[in-house]
Amino acid sequence: MLEARIPSGPIEQKWDNCRYEMKLVNPANRRKHSIIVVGAGLAGAAAAATLGRQGYHVDCFSHHDTPRRAHSIAAQGGINSAKNYRNDGDSVLRLFKDTVKGGDYRAREANVYRLAEVSGNIIDQCVAQGVPFAREYGGLLDNRSFGGVQVERTFYARGQTGQQLLLGAYQALEEQIATGTVTMHFRSELLDVVLVNGRARGIVTRDLVTGQLDCHSADVVVLATGGYSNVFYLSTNAKASNCTAIWRAHRRGALFGNPCFTQIHPTCIPLSSDFQSKLTLMSESLRNDGRIWVPKKKGDTRAPNQIPESERDYYLENRYPSFGNLVPRDVASRNAKEVCDEGRGVGPHGQGVFLDFADAIQRLGLQTVREKYGNLFEIYERITGEDAYAVPMRIYPAPHYTMGGLWVDYHLMSTIPGLFVGGEANFSDHGANRLGASALMQGLADGYFVLPATVPDYIAANKLDPVSASDGAFNATKAEVKDRIDKLLAINGKRTPDSFHKELGKMVWDDCGMARADAGLRKALDRIPELRDEFWHNLRVVGSGEELNQSLEKANRISDFLELAELMCTDALERTESCGGHFRMESQTPEGEAKRDDANFAYTAAWEWKGAGQAHALHKEPLSFEYVPLSQRSYK
Amino acid sequence: MNLTLRVWRQQNANAAGSFVTYQANNVTPDMSFLEMLDALNEDLIGRQEPPVAFEHDCREGICGSCGFLIDGVAHGGQRGTTVCQLSMRFFKDGDQLTLEPWRARAFPVIRDLIVNRSAFDRIIQAGGFISAPTGSTPAANAILVPKEDADTAFDAAACIGCGACVAACPNASAMLFTSAKITHLNSLPQGQPQRDQRTLSMVATMRNELFGSCTNHGECEAVCPKRIPLEFIGKMNRDLMRTAWHRHREPLVIPSLVQLPSAEDSHEQFHEGIGSQLHEDAQQRLHEEAQAHVVAESPEPAATH
Repeated sequence: MLEARIPSGPIEQKWDNCRYEMKLVNPANRRKHSIIVVGAGLAGAAAAATLGRQGYHVDCFSHHDTPRRAHSIAAQGGINSAKNYRNDGDSVLRLFKDTVKGGDYRAREANVYRLAEVSGNIIDQCVAQGVPFAREYGGLLDNRSFGGVQVERTFYARGQTGQQLLLGAYQALEEQIATGTVTMHFRSELLDVVLVNGRARGIVTRDLVTGQLDCHSADVVVLATGGYSNVFYLSTNAKASNCTAIWRAHRRGALFGNPCFTQIHPTCIPLSSDFQSKLTLMSESLRNDGRIWVPKKKGDTRAPNQIPESERDYYLENRYPSFGNLVPRDVASRNAKEVCDEGRGVGPHGQGVFLDFADAIQRLGLQTVREKYGNLFEIYERITGEDAYAVPMRIYPAPHYTMGGLWVDYHLMSTIPGLFVGGEANFSDHGANRLGASALMQGLADGYFVLPATVPDYIAANKLDPVSASDGAFNATKAEVKDRIDKLLAINGKRTPDSFHKELGKMVWDDCGMARADAGLRKALDRIPELRDEFWHNLRVVGSGEELNQSLEKANRISDFLELAELMCTDALERTESCGGHFRMESQTPEGEAKRDDANFAYTAAWEWKGAGQAHALHKEPLSFEYVPLSQRSYK
Repeated sequence: MNLTLRVWRQQNANAAGSFVTYQANNVTPDMSFLEMLDALNEDLIGRQEPPVAFEHDCREGICGSCGFLIDGVAHGGQRGTTVCQLSMRFFKDGDQLTLEPWRARAFPVIRDLIVNRSAFDRIIQAGGFISAPTGSTPAANAILVPKEDADTAFDAAACIGCGACVAACPNASAMLFTSAKITHLNSLPQGQPQRDQRTLSMVATMRNELFGSCTNHGECEAVCPKRIPLEFIGKMNRDLMRTAWHRHREPLVIPSLVQLPSAEDSHEQFHEGIGSQLHEDAQQRLHEEAQAHVVAESPEPAATH
C-alpha cells in the first residue's frame, strides 16, 4: 500500500533521475488540463502560480478573502538555503544532514536531500520576484544563523520573512489571475474530496458568504492547506487554520502520516486569561541573551525582583551546563512544563517561566539589548503591558507546527491517486522535529519546484477520462456534505462551538502535548470520543447554512479536530519510543533525555481510516539511513 | 469592567443595517479587543442570537484580516496597532464604544463588521508584481540591491492590505495602499523593466475601483498599523510623471480597465483610450509643475483628472 516511489541511484542524482524519467505534457495541450489547488499560502500560491504559468488551467481555493492572508505570513525568523554565501562550510549535503538529524531520524532521506538541493533555487526565485531580503552594504544578500546550527544559512527580511515570501508568491499568483490561467475562488472552503474510479477528480466547497455548496472537477487535486496545531485550541496558528481539508481527504482514503509529531515552541507569551484566544510567538533568538528561571519555592507569588538570587532556580543552566538556555526547542519546552507542573510556574495561572534580561543589560548595556531585541520587547509590552527591560519576561511553550500530515510518496502524491499534498499539510521532510527556518523552505520547495514537476507527470502518465461536476460521484459527495452541515445546524443543544474546542484542546495539550505517557494517552482516548459524542448532541449553532455563519464554520472544523485528536493519541500511544517533539515518559535515558528506539520504530506510521467508530489501521513505511548514520542526541 | 457597545449589524450586502446596543460585562484588562468580542459572541449564542461577524485570523497584526472602526477610528487609535492587537487596558469601565465596518464605496459590507476588500487584489493584478516565471531567474546574488533601496522596499512591502487607510480617508482613497506596492517594486532593480507600465496600470485601476483621490489629509498614515509613510504617495506621483517623460515604443495599455464592469459607476467614463489620455494628462501636469519650478516632492493628487 505504501509505495514511496523513491527514485533509483545515488542520493545526489535521485531528483535529476526522477525528473528525467517523468512524462511531459506538450505546451499546446496544457490548457486542456485542469488542476485544483486548495490553499493559497506559500505552497499553494507558489504551486498555483507556477502551474498556471506553465499553461495549465488552475482553480485555486482559499477560505480567506484574499490569498495574501494565509498563515505562512506570520513566520518571523527566516528561510534556510544551502547557498554557502558565508563561505563557512555549508553545502547541500550539510543542510541535508542537519535536517535529517534535527528531525531525529524519522524523515525520508531522499525527500530531505531534494529539499536541500532546491533550497538555492528558492532564494533565486524569491529575489527575482522582489522579495526585500536583508542586504549587506555592498548590495549582496545578508545571512544569519538560526536554530542552533553551526553555519549562517538563513535569509531573512527583518522579522517578517514569512510575510515577504508569501507576498512574493501572492503577487505571482495575482499575475496569473490577471492573465487568466488561474481562477481564484476566495471565501470558499473545501468540505470534501470527490473520487471517481478511485482517483481524486474534484472537490466540494462551501461559499462562506452565501453558504452555497459547489462541485468542482479537475484532473488533479492539490491540497496545501497547512497544519493542524489548532487541535490544541491555544496555539500560535491563525484562528481559522484547520485540518478539515486533510481530514476529509483522509476519510476518503488518504493515509495520515505520523499524526502525533507536533512541535511545541518554547518562547511564546503565556496565557493570561480564560478568554485567551491564541498564543503569540516570540523569536527564539531571545534565548541567546535571556536567562530562564523559576522560584525554588512552590507557589511563590513575590514579584520577580523581590526574589533573591539564592531562591531562584536557573533550571536549564543547572541541568544542561554545556548548552544552558540554548538547548533545542523540545528540551526547553519540556523542562518549562516540568517546573510548572511542580507548582513553580509564574504569572497568572502559574503557566510561565521567567526569561530574564537583567544580566544581559548589565553586561551589554541597555542600548545594545534594545538594538538586538527592541521589536520583541515592544510586542511583549503591547500584549502584556509589562516593560521587559525592568521586569523579566514571562514565557511558556505553545504548539506551533505539525510535522505530521497526509502521507505522500516522493512525488508528493497521497495514497489517493491524483491527490497531491504540499507544505505543512503533508508529513514529509521534517521527521519528528522541524528545524527553525525550514518551514518556509519546505513550503516553497513543494510549491515552486516539486509539485510543478510531479503533477504534470501524473497528468501525462495516466489516461484521465473527462468527468463533469454534475456526475453521480459529485452529487453523492455533495449530498453527504449537506447532510453533515444540516446535522450540525439541527442539534440545537446548549454549548457553543468554542466551548468544545477549548475542552478538546486542553485534553490534547495535557495528555498529548509536550510529554506523553501511556496512562494519560489512554485517558484521553477514553475522553475524546465522549466529548465528540456530546458535541453531536449538545452543540448549538445559531443561524442558518445559507448565510455567512462563522459559528457554523467553526463547528464544522471542530468536528474534524475531534476525530483527528483521537488519531494523534492513538499514534502517540503506539509509538512507545521518544523522538524529536514526541516525548514518551517511559522512554528516557538515565539523564531524563528522549530515548529513541531505532530497532522498533525507525518507520513512518501511516494510518488508514476504516470508517466512523472503527479503529484506524496502521501501515508502516520503513526508514533506512544510508547517508546520515543513526546517532543519539545529547545536550549535557 | 463593563462596556456598552453600539455595533453595526447587517445581515448581508443587500440588507439594511443598523446599530444594536450590547453590554459587554466582566471585561478584563488583559483581554484583547477581539477576545472581548469573542466573549460577547459566546453570550449571544447563549441567548440564541446570531453572533457579531467580524474578520480576523492571525491575531498578531500581520495577516491584515481584521479591522473595523472604533468610535470612528480605524483599528481603534493606538499607533501602529491592528484591532486584534489592541488591548482592553486602553479602555475603562463604563466606556461606550461604537463599532462599525470600514466605510467606503469600494468596500461593500458583506455582513456586520466584514467588508469586501477584493478591489485591493485587482489593483495588485494590474501590475503589483514582478514577472519572474519559476525556474527562469538569475542567481540571487547576481542582482545587487543597495541596502538603502532594499530597506525602502521593505518599509513599503510591510503593508498588510487591511484597508484602514481607505477607511480613514475622507475621500476613501487607496493611494497609500497602491503607493506602498508601487514603492516596494519600483525601488528595486528587479522592478525596473515593468516600472512605467506598473505605475500607470495600478493607478488607473485604483481610480476605476471607486476609490477617491488623495487630498493630503494624512489620516491614512495616522491609522496605518504598519506605519507606511505618506511620502510614498509622493513617490508614486513622481513615478506617474516619469511614465510621461519616457518614450515608449508602444502606448502603455491597461488591460484591467477593459475587463472591469464598474466603469459606469465612476465619476468619469473610462474607456480603452485611457492609457494615452492619461499619458497626455500626465505630460500636461508635468509641464505645469515645471513652469512653477516645483518638484513633486510632496504628496499630490493623482494626475488623472
